[in-house]
Amino acid sequence: MIISLFALATIVLAKPLMAQDAAPAAKAPPAVTASAAPAADVAATAKDAGPGNPGEGGWVPMTPTPGKGMPIPGGIDVQKQYSPVGHEAYPFHVAMMWIMGIICVFVAGLLLWVMIRYRAGRNPVPSKTTHNTMLEVVWTLLPVLILVGIAIPSIKLLAKQYESPPKDAITIKATGYQWYWDYTYPDNGVEIVSKMLNVPGEPEINAGTRYDGTKPWDGPNHLEVDNRLVVPVGVPLRIQTTGADVIHSFAVPSLWFKLDAIPGRLNERLLEIDEPGVYYGQCSELCGAKHGFMPIAIEAVPMDKWRQWIALQGGHMKKAGGSDAAAQPAAAGDAAKPEAPAEGSEPVAPVTPTPATTA
Amino acid sequence: MATTADHFQAHDAPGADHGHEHDADHKPSFFARWFMSTNHKDIGTLYLIFAICAGLIGGGISGIMRMELMNPGIQYLGWWVNLMGGEANFVTNMHMWNVLITAHGMIMVFFLVMPAMIGGFGNWFVPIMIGAPDMAFPRMNNVSFWLTVAGFCSLMASMFFPGGTGDGAGTGWTVYAPLSTSGSPGPAVDFAIFSLHLAGAASILGAINFITTIFNMRAPGMTLHKMPLFVWSILVTAFLLLLALPVLAAAITMLITDRNFGTTFFDPAGGGDPVLYQHLFWFFGHPEVYIMILPGFGMISQIVATFSKKPVFGYLGMAYAMVAIGVVGFIVWAHHMYTTGLSVDVKMYFTAATMVIAVPTGVKIFSWIATMWGGSIEFKSPMVWAIGMIFLFTVGGVTGVYLANGGLDDYMQDTYFVVAHFHYVLSMGAVFSLFAGFYYWFPKMSGRMHSEFLAHAHFWVFFIGVNMIFFPMHFLGMDGMPRRIPDYTPAFQYWNHFASIGYMVMASSMGIWVVNMIYAFTAGKKAPANPWGPGATTLEWTLSSPPPYHQFETLPVIDEDQDYHDHRPAADRAATA
Repeated sequence: MIISLFALATIVLAKPLMAQDAAPAAKAPPAVTASAAPAADVAATAKDAGPGNPGEGGWVPMTPTPGKGMPIPGGIDVQKQYSPVGHEAYPFHVAMMWIMGIICVFVAGLLLWVMIRYRAGRNPVPSKTTHNTMLEVVWTLLPVLILVGIAIPSIKLLAKQYESPPKDAITIKATGYQWYWDYTYPDNGVEIVSKMLNVPGEPEINAGTRYDGTKPWDGPNHLEVDNRLVVPVGVPLRIQTTGADVIHSFAVPSLWFKLDAIPGRLNERLLEIDEPGVYYGQCSELCGAKHGFMPIAIEAVPMDKWRQWIALQGGHMKKAGGSDAAAQPAAAGDAAKPEAPAEGSEPVAPVTPTPATTA
Repeated sequence: MATTADHFQAHDAPGADHGHEHDADHKPSFFARWFMSTNHKDIGTLYLIFAICAGLIGGGISGIMRMELMNPGIQYLGWWVNLMGGEANFVTNMHMWNVLITAHGMIMVFFLVMPAMIGGFGNWFVPIMIGAPDMAFPRMNNVSFWLTVAGFCSLMASMFFPGGTGDGAGTGWTVYAPLSTSGSPGPAVDFAIFSLHLAGAASILGAINFITTIFNMRAPGMTLHKMPLFVWSILVTAFLLLLALPVLAAAITMLITDRNFGTTFFDPAGGGDPVLYQHLFWFFGHPEVYIMILPGFGMISQIVATFSKKPVFGYLGMAYAMVAIGVVGFIVWAHHMYTTGLSVDVKMYFTAATMVIAVPTGVKIFSWIATMWGGSIEFKSPMVWAIGMIFLFTVGGVTGVYLANGGLDDYMQDTYFVVAHFHYVLSMGAVFSLFAGFYYWFPKMSGRMHSEFLAHAHFWVFFIGVNMIFFPMHFLGMDGMPRRIPDYTPAFQYWNHFASIGYMVMASSMGIWVVNMIYAFTAGKKAPANPWGPGATTLEWTLSSPPPYHQFETLPVIDEDQDYHDHRPAADRAATA
């Protein structure tokens, strides 16, 4: 009780300060010195025409929406969810918060009641009651019932998280290195290395990468990377994780996704992203000195833009062959328009993943 | 049956000229008494002093951590690297952070909570509460203590040896392979592992000692079902130690051989599996968390009954709830590994099994409240700490039910939500019970009364401080902040700043505690045999404060008509009936 009052008070007190904090976080920090920003990223091609005006051949990374896919300054709840698993988990999370709150308030109320009612001044002669079988049975069985009530949605959520990716899902392999991520698209022949941008005002963390805030699309420091993991929205993604040296963990809170990247193992999980956006996460298993400095940034774009991106990376669409081609439905949606093969890559029949059936 | 009062040597008037009285209080010389000790009370005192020192170091380290996290950027780590003789640069600074979190975790677990709960209060009061003159193996008891000290020295030493990217072991207290094997060359991690070996061996010896003592040395008439709940809690804990620690020893021995002798137990390149280490570690690690909290449960039961002036409600349910927690605690370990890629069936099983633990834990919470219900409650310092523990442990318990859900844990695993959870059950559950037990038994152990005012002030400031530190960590975790990072994106600043202010509040409360101790030892009133009134009915309150050097030379006898609550001799019972 005391604590909940206390929490309320802190939240009320927090408001003005939160507003202050929110301001600098929303605006990308200003660029540091130009010398500190060796622009070596793919994005900064000569034809780059700036955000909102994608050049023909260049790729302009998406500018993240403040508060979307990233932590909120002074936030007190989980991040807004943008994946089917997140939509399944979030109401359950809220229900659990209520159950936890009610139990705490109930116990605090009982404690306060006995402290007031049975204080020595009011109740000088203690009772001698030491048993009440009925009461003991009730307070054993009632929690069991509550737990069964929790277990049912919990098991359902687990089942949802373990749905297998369909055969035509886009495969992305995330390999954790000390201390950066390497993403490969095995079917597309693309591999990118993704390192955290250096933080303005702090010593150079990743030599050779630029400083955060030197490009207009840069997101919050400590979360923004030089090369984002670009994926298409609305289609099933087969995320595979492994570790190259020690254990890392590939985690994106706003997608309700976390999977350890363990040397010698290939973990796999289905992921689908609802809408375009930039979704940030951080390595979530202690992996050595720079564990806090290997964020994950996923840029989810419409399918045709993703194809464009793959082409710009020198990749190709998954080769159609065998059963894959047979399984390809005719009505693959708007994203299935044939594209010009990019940069001399051999012409291939694009295989467009079917949109996952949403639950 | 003769009245037992005659058999209580403590009931001899002080200074009465009995032949055995002299022998009972004959103490060895200083060195022999404190360095070659075989007396359970002296060893208990040593354990408590050791735990307090280790706790101040571990708590001080968390102060460095909270200072560093108070604002974004790296402010203090380089200073510490320089202080400890290293060369400060970005990587060694970050390594220093990992060394600090590792040391904080290991110190608090192995060198504060365990030595204080089991070595300190267990040693002091298990023999007295069961009416035994000492522990079953006094010399082994001494070995346990000095092994623990040696383990602590090894851990401290590890901070000054190369550990890969800097000096010290930066593996986290969990020492996960391969970060702890191929990921951390240099002797630091070997020292840290050896520290766990020593502390583990000490605990295994201690566990054997407690089990033997409790099974064989209970006073006549003290059946298992008449033992105080604190003794029950130590008995269950001792079994957990005995079964869990050998598994840890095996796991970390395999780490040592992987590191130094070319084996590949946890190296996939040689057919090993890093996840195997996690299974072994958490098969120990989960019982370990109950090892840290069960003695606290026992102390809270004693204290709540004493200050409610009422026997514990549902004694058998309370005792077997602890047994149930101990048993179930061994089959839930993989809930620490939900994101490692367990199969869906395994994850469902561990979700369900973990939630089961909430049932016996709930029984304990409700039984404590029912013990207070109808009582005549006096809010002496141990009682306010105990009530604080009951509430805060409930908060930590419900977030545990949340985290038990494998699906939800995919969000919370390795975030600050987990940090908040385990600090609510340990930094609040275990440490509040430690302080409750400390104030409860301090007059008995020292023979001096502490200041009740300062003890209450200590409680309130500490209560506010720890809630300011740890409650916002739930928010940070939900906002997505991972554990074990020294710097963060600006969005996390607000609650981190707030928590660091809370740390200062908490730290100042420890100043009140120090003042209280100075007061007690310099100006504190002499403590009577029983300072807590008619509710204090276990055997320790029948002895003088402090108890004679050797108690119960003539064993107390528990009559048939005495229950689990009142172990006083008949004359005392008649006087307060």
